[in-house]
Amino acid sequence: MAMDLKEIEKYIKEALPDAKIEIQDLAGDGNHYSATVTSSKFSGKSKIEQHKMVYNSLKGKMGNELHALAIKTKE
Amino acid sequence: MDQKIKELIDSEITSNQVCLFMKGTPDAPQCGFSMAVSNMLKILEVDYKGINVLEDQSLREGIKEFSDWPTIPQLYIKKEFVGGCDIIKEMYENGELKKILEDKAINYKK
Repeated sequence: MAMDLKEIEKYIKEALPDAKIEIQDLAGDGNHYSATVTSSKFSGKSKIEQHKMVYNSLKGKMGNELHALAIKTKE
Repeated sequence: MDQKIKELIDSEITSNQVCLFMKGTPDAPQCGFSMAVSNMLKILEVDYKGINVLEDQSLREGIKEFSDWPTIPQLYIKKEFVGGCDIIKEMYENGELKKILEDKAINYKK
């Protein structure tokens, strides 16, 4: 199972419309990504909450279709 | 979630001040992310218990629901979920991990 980079971006963008998103396919296998997400919606939230917002935007795909997504969030 | 799994998790995070739910063991991690967090704790000489979720499929799924967090590893310090690999790595690099160990009175290498 794998997920396309553009698809990940689309999901995050839907949940966090103002987000600036940089995604890298780390291994080139469509399975290991890293994403840096910058959004004003993170303001005042803990890191755990911020990462949960990104995970939630992926609607359960994280840990299933999407094996590994390293996340970095910025306000 | 299965009541027995919930009780198991509760008892682990209650009886171990620092508890890492991981893939593999501290001596033989079976995933790079689990290894990364495990190594950071080792470098800080923190006494922690590694719990191998690969040994128990219901624990592997249960801990995700328990923490409302979709990935492994997961670090608990004094019953509080502190984060997964990315967060712990960031906290390790910016000194926040030491601070939280300090605040929670956990011994580590200063």
